[in-house]
Amino acid sequence: MTAPEIAEEAEIRFENVSKHFGNPAAPFVAVDELDLEIDKGQMVALLGKTGCGKSTMFNMIAGLSAPTSGRVTLMGHDPFKEFDWFRGKIAIVFQNDRLLPWRTAVKNVELGLEMLETTKEERRERAIYWLHKLGLAGHEDDYPHALSGGMRQRVSIARAFATNAELLLCDEPFSALDEITSKRLRMEFARLVRENGKTAVFITHSINEAFDIGDRIVVLKRPAQIAHDIRLDAATSDEEKEAIRRMIHDSLSQ
Amino acid sequence: MSVQDPSLVPFPSPGSLVARRVLRAVMPFVVIAAAWQVASQFFPGYLFPSLVDVFWRVLEIFTSWSAFSNVLATAMRILGGLAGAFVIGAVLGFMIVQSKMIDRFLSPILIFFQGIPALSWVVFAIIWFHGTEFRILFIMIVTTLPAFTFQVVGALRGMSKDLLEMVMSFRPKRMKFYKVMVLPSVLPEILTAWKVNLGNASRVVVVAELVGSSGGVGYQLLQQQQLFDMTGALAWTLQLVFFVLLFQWILTLIETAAFRYRAVSERNL
Ligand SMILES: Nc1ncnc2c1ncn2[C@@H]1O[C@H](COP(=O)(O)OP(=O)(O)OP(=O)(O)O)[C@@H](O)[C@H]1O
Ligand SMILES: [Mg+2]
Repeated sequence: MTAPEIAEEAEIRFENVSKHFGNPAAPFVAVDELDLEIDKGQMVALLGKTGCGKSTMFNMIAGLSAPTSGRVTLMGHDPFKEFDWFRGKIAIVFQNDRLLPWRTAVKNVELGLEMLETTKEERRERAIYWLHKLGLAGHEDDYPHALSGGMRQRVSIARAFATNAELLLCDEPFSALDEITSKRLRMEFARLVRENGKTAVFITHSINEAFDIGDRIVVLKRPAQIAHDIRLDAATSDEEKEAIRRMIHDSLSQ
Repeated sequence: MSVQDPSLVPFPSPGSLVARRVLRAVMPFVVIAAAWQVASQFFPGYLFPSLVDVFWRVLEIFTSWSAFSNVLATAMRILGGLAGAFVIGAVLGFMIVQSKMIDRFLSPILIFFQGIPALSWVVFAIIWFHGTEFRILFIMIVTTLPAFTFQVVGALRGMSKDLLEMVMSFRPKRMKFYKVMVLPSVLPEILTAWKVNLGNASRVVVVAELVGSSGGVGYQLLQQQQLFDMTGALAWTLQLVFFVLLFQWILTLIETAAFRYRAVSERNL
């Protein structure tokens, strides 16, 4: 039992984080002195214009790149330096599907599980379970080149979910799908995250999507800095939502 | 440009398709053989021997163990040299990719090596080492090593960064990472490297066999030269060519089996 007065460690914390690219003398600033805290169990939608640095932030959370200055911590650990500590704790859906072309759909989904101590049978079973859940029954043994863009995207979502990691990072996971499928998966995604008490950060271009799944919407301006940080809950009225929607819209169209 | 409705084109029977493919494959050789045969009618036999004689000679080598063991010995030397060069090249390649300093140190040396003719290595090997097999192995490795190293470096550097990061995001252990990511993505280029180096090695091996070996295709060729026997020279050369073809074919089989996953476009290059 944790005493309620002990503040819970934020799941993700950006402290004065900057990321520069290119020549250090005249760098390109992709993320500029960003501070952000995301709590455990939160579902955060990151909204922002194209090229504003969302994927760059995302890569730092994922531990794929290190900040130029400042500090990124996840669960109190450094995702870039403490490589092994995060095994099985983070799952990512990338902006493009990034399936291994030499593996079939089911083997692609198994990839994350292979890094963990799971038996062959368990891996296969879980991979098939997730493929079916995402509507890919019958395509288990297809190679990525034989799948449509949306199907590949769903395989990569299945790959992320199959590992049952507590932190989910999704870079426009539903962008390659039609509206109806995207809506259905979005709802399913939100339900799964809530039910399993996961923390999720997802990047999106769509204001509707942000409202559908986020209980917090962070709007970024360029270079990545927070323009708005909005928390939604059951008490948020429709009028309030409409106002927020308009505010986000204005901020994105500047 | 007119586009024909594919359903209107009479579909050729599989038998005739195979026949046509075989014909296309052997056509160039038939032409060369015919030209040779014609030449053999006009020139004395010791310059352009009849292909019939060459054929019997080839068969003779195939069927006599004492002769064919020369071919096997040469084949083993090629494969041994390639395997050695590949292993060392892979290690060097990994080191070069991992450290800029090693790259700056090793790459010029390897390029320098590439400029040294095989014959010079033969001379060095004779002066430096005893033991025929060791000399040959040394020559084979040292002549194919630079190419193998550069090909491994190229394959590693060409690995998709996106896929690499995707796999890394699952935090694999080192061995796992090599198994699921590095090996499958470099395999196509490694196989191509083997094919290319096989051709080079088969040309170097006969020179290497001049270091005093008492067997092998290179040694036999030297004998034919001393006997002024063109038929024999051709027959031994063909043995080596057959081996290269056989091994190329095996590599191609591996390729087709390993790369089933590749999408094939209906448009050609
Ligand atoms: N490796 C890199 N080298 C140089 N510049 C980079 C690199 N990665 C990103 N950038 C730059 O950083 C900026 C932010 O890129 P990022 O990919 O984070 O955008 P994004 O917000 O994800 O955009 P989108 O919504 O289009 O995916 C871009 O202007 C890009 O040019
Ligand atoms: Mg992006």
